[in-house]
Amino acid sequence: MKFVTCPSLGRRALSEFNYGGRLEREPDQETVSEKEWADYVFYHNGAPKTQIEWWYHRPTGIWFLFERNTLTDRITKVDFANKGISNEA
Amino acid sequence: MKLRLSPQPLEWIDRKNPLTFTFEGKEVTGFAGDVASSALWSEGSKVLGRSFKYHRRRGLLSFANHDVNALFQAPDMPNVRGDVTPVQEGQMFTAVNTFGSLASDKGSLVELIGKFLPVGFYYRAFYSPKFLFPKWERLIREMAGLGKVDTSWTESRQPKRYRHCDVAIIGAGPSGMAAAIAAAEQGVDVCLIDENPYIGGSLDYQYVNEEALSETRSSLKSTIESMANIQVIASAYVAGYYGDHWLAVNTDQGLIKLSAQSVVVATGVFEQPAVFRNNDLPGVMNASAAQRLMSRYAVAPCKEAVILTANPEGYRAALDMHKNGLVVKAILDTGSTDSEWVEQARQSGIPVFEHATIVEASGRKALQAVTFSVDGVAKQLACDGLLMSVGWAPAGAPLYQAGTKFAYSHTLEQLLPVSLPEGVYACGRINGVFDILDQFKDGEQAGLAAALYMQGKETPELNDYAAQMAHSHPYPIWQHPKGKEFVDFDEDIQFKDLKGAIAQGFDNIELMKRFSTIGMGPSQGKHSNMNGIRILAKLTGKTIDQTGSTTARPMFHPTPVSHLAGMRFRPERLTPMHAFHQSVNACFMEAGNWLRPEYYPSEASREASIAAEVAAVRGSVGLIDVSTLGKLEVFGKDAVELMDRLYTMRMSNMAIGASRYALMVDDSGVVIDDGVAVRYSDEHFYVTTTTSSSDSAYRMIQKKVIEWGLQVTVLNRTGQIGAMNLAGPNSRKILSQLTDLDLSNEGFPYLVMRRAKVAGVDATLIRVGFVGELGYEIHVDSMDALQVWDELMRVGEAFSIKPFGVEAQRMLRLEKGHIIVGQDTDGLTNPFEANMPWSVHFKKPYFLGKPSLMKLKNEQQRILVGFELLSADRNAMPLESNLLIEDGEMIGRVTSIGRSAALGKVIGLAMISIDYSKPDGELHIKLSDGRLVKAKVVKTPFYDPDGLLQKPDEEVHNKEQGAAA
Repeated sequence: MKFVTCPSLGRRALSEFNYGGRLEREPDQETVSEKEWADYVFYHNGAPKTQIEWWYHRPTGIWFLFERNTLTDRITKVDFANKGISNEA
Repeated sequence: MKLRLSPQPLEWIDRKNPLTFTFEGKEVTGFAGDVASSALWSEGSKVLGRSFKYHRRRGLLSFANHDVNALFQAPDMPNVRGDVTPVQEGQMFTAVNTFGSLASDKGSLVELIGKFLPVGFYYRAFYSPKFLFPKWERLIREMAGLGKVDTSWTESRQPKRYRHCDVAIIGAGPSGMAAAIAAAEQGVDVCLIDENPYIGGSLDYQYVNEEALSETRSSLKSTIESMANIQVIASAYVAGYYGDHWLAVNTDQGLIKLSAQSVVVATGVFEQPAVFRNNDLPGVMNASAAQRLMSRYAVAPCKEAVILTANPEGYRAALDMHKNGLVVKAILDTGSTDSEWVEQARQSGIPVFEHATIVEASGRKALQAVTFSVDGVAKQLACDGLLMSVGWAPAGAPLYQAGTKFAYSHTLEQLLPVSLPEGVYACGRINGVFDILDQFKDGEQAGLAAALYMQGKETPELNDYAAQMAHSHPYPIWQHPKGKEFVDFDEDIQFKDLKGAIAQGFDNIELMKRFSTIGMGPSQGKHSNMNGIRILAKLTGKTIDQTGSTTARPMFHPTPVSHLAGMRFRPERLTPMHAFHQSVNACFMEAGNWLRPEYYPSEASREASIAAEVAAVRGSVGLIDVSTLGKLEVFGKDAVELMDRLYTMRMSNMAIGASRYALMVDDSGVVIDDGVAVRYSDEHFYVTTTTSSSDSAYRMIQKKVIEWGLQVTVLNRTGQIGAMNLAGPNSRKILSQLTDLDLSNEGFPYLVMRRAKVAGVDATLIRVGFVGELGYEIHVDSMDALQVWDELMRVGEAFSIKPFGVEAQRMLRLEKGHIIVGQDTDGLTNPFEANMPWSVHFKKPYFLGKPSLMKLKNEQQRILVGFELLSADRNAMPLESNLLIEDGEMIGRVTSIGRSAALGKVIGLAMISIDYSKPDGELHIKLSDGRLVKAKVVKTPFYDPDGLLQKPDEEVHNKEQGAAA
């Protein structure tokens, strides 16, 4: 099991968190093509990389964003998820 | 022949405590502290088991927890490891894997046809003719597998324990002990883990007769004992290494999840056997096994030994034998070891043959002679023991699992760790350090570095103490024209099997492993993989590094499933009405974390009780506890926007006080949740979710609020609010006695929400129709819920009110054709397939999954339909998930089914190919026993199709489906 150092909670076991997918901007539903939508929903590139991910801390009910390298499984940054975050992705 | 030695300085046995047990019906005596193998061996019983495939006689090999041919069957426990499990007074063991008995095993006939059982035989031989396969399968199953499980076992669960430390040290041999002390001296908490009951490791069994070390030994041990910040976890092995230095430590008392800040791996090396003809005869064993046998259990490996060696360790073992008064007939040195060792041996009167080649071992039931050759001249020596000391392979599982890279050192002829992950250190023989004093130094620096690392301090450069000479033979394999050179003792893999596998193209290490099954037995290749790699490298002309090795995944060692399962521990939630349910002896079922009444036993049988509950709701009135529903409150400026975005139906045009069915899909358009939404005010909604998805739905909604940047607050009120559904034609009459609310059709119409006092308590009431009768869902503060429930039951008495459970509700809603998300839908079902196209409002600019649904709308291939059974045979009742078959093809499956008393038929829902969904179309359901029964497609709702009963005295003008509760 892993540990996460959270900006306000300190060192917490990763088992207290639920993975919520990587941070990704949802395509505009009005203008999206079928292919773009299918890519968004189904076709995820699994190549190793550093990505921003949603993680939910169950005991406090707070969503966090982790910066994590999927190859080394190292979490390099932990932030609160702020409103309107998807627009910045 | 008695082989017990005089007392040894560090022996583990308690000579004051003799004990007796039986093996294969014969009495065996030993001492407390003995393991089954040591006690048997001390009495001269050298045949401890039969091999897996050819049922050859086998004795000791490693004496290091991996003697797979010496597994014993106890009445209540299969595969007791004879080389490590302390034997208890009166225990009864038999050999595993024998047909008949250990002494006379009919299975050994297999060996006579062995040449017709080439490598990969099972994969190739049984494919055709196909009709014979079941026969073969039965035979193979009978022959395969080890041990017998007692099927009348009693469940014993061991709790998983959590433990935290600063530095975890795996292995309490010389370098591990030194590392523990060095780390502890830095003031950090140290856990020192060893698989043996006592610390010491090779310092004890290899150096027991080294006078110069006895002071160091006792100082190390007493220091460890005296340091409060060193915790010794003995008789425990590290089954797996997981991210961020989590170790799964298995003990007899269950699993410890040990979280460390840094880890020192001092696991040492596994001694590897030499491969030559008849190297499996009882009496042929690793030199370290002989040393363990002597030093721990004071048992001689044999009376007259020959030593086959490629390193100084073999000489040391020879001298240990000599010291114990045993005859060493010769040391066969495969090369020429340090002249100092040769000199010492010769001074003790042991002949040394340098550059010797082993030819074969021979003997009828056990080893009787060894044939070898020097300078092309063959010689034979009679002996009853052959000690092999030809090399070592890393016990590297924790290092490999942590992501360590290993590379082959030609200096040592051994795989060594070359790049360690952060916070992971290695020391001792796994690092190639063979000098005992260097092992202490290597341990000290690793322990210090681990302590400094976890404190965030700078760690010093580590010195390389690895030996400058080979301690392993580069290719300890000696072929013989007649074969029987065993590489893998677990699976009876011979040299020719590997050669055959490679010749057939399985020349990659992973392929060779799977085709030949080398390393796939219970010891998982701990004594065979290295030789397998050497053979593959040699035969393919590659280097060891090019050849690579198989992946060492957890578990490192067979770990009881009960330890992995641990104790059952999960939260259990009770509704506010639980006390009532208990008082009437409700039969409970689990629904998510909740305990819900499945039914209330009022009649003789479960079925009759459920039928009575259904009848009460249809005939008069019933009351069900629906507190387990997820309950969310949504308020704020963007509440409407959020509701419109989350659900497929338009919520923004709901009138204040209205309720509406709420269906949620995910991005791919799959139904994930449903419930009822009500609008309290312009910016304030209340919505229910299904019982099982309340947490996940709430979590997802919170995420969406953030993503969409909405000004809205969502509260999960699931536990704060209790809810019940009062349903049946008499429900209004009961409710009217407990509230001042106008309950007339005009005052409180169908699908409308009202807030009023019920039984003196503030309540939200929704007129719902999930079960298809006039009904009111009543939501109140959970503190008041039981009181309201009791009042409804009291007033309802005059109408013979019955509480009803989940089973009755399932039947009632089935009669209405209402779906249950997760039962009638699966992980791919969209709203169109669920036959609810009316629930999707495409005119909204945006909602979750809209683009997917727009595409799916025109590509529908299956649909949920109602069906009724045409067969009246009561013994031909389909079950949920039974398949529907047309023309031999599967066209769908039953999702819900039940016998409807109201309709006098068996009805159900089925997800079927849209080609077969026309009303009155005939369907065929395949029962679990293979019979086909006839059914026909019928329209839903089955019961009261126009919904007159849920809206009594009202004109039917709204065809919108009833709300689900």
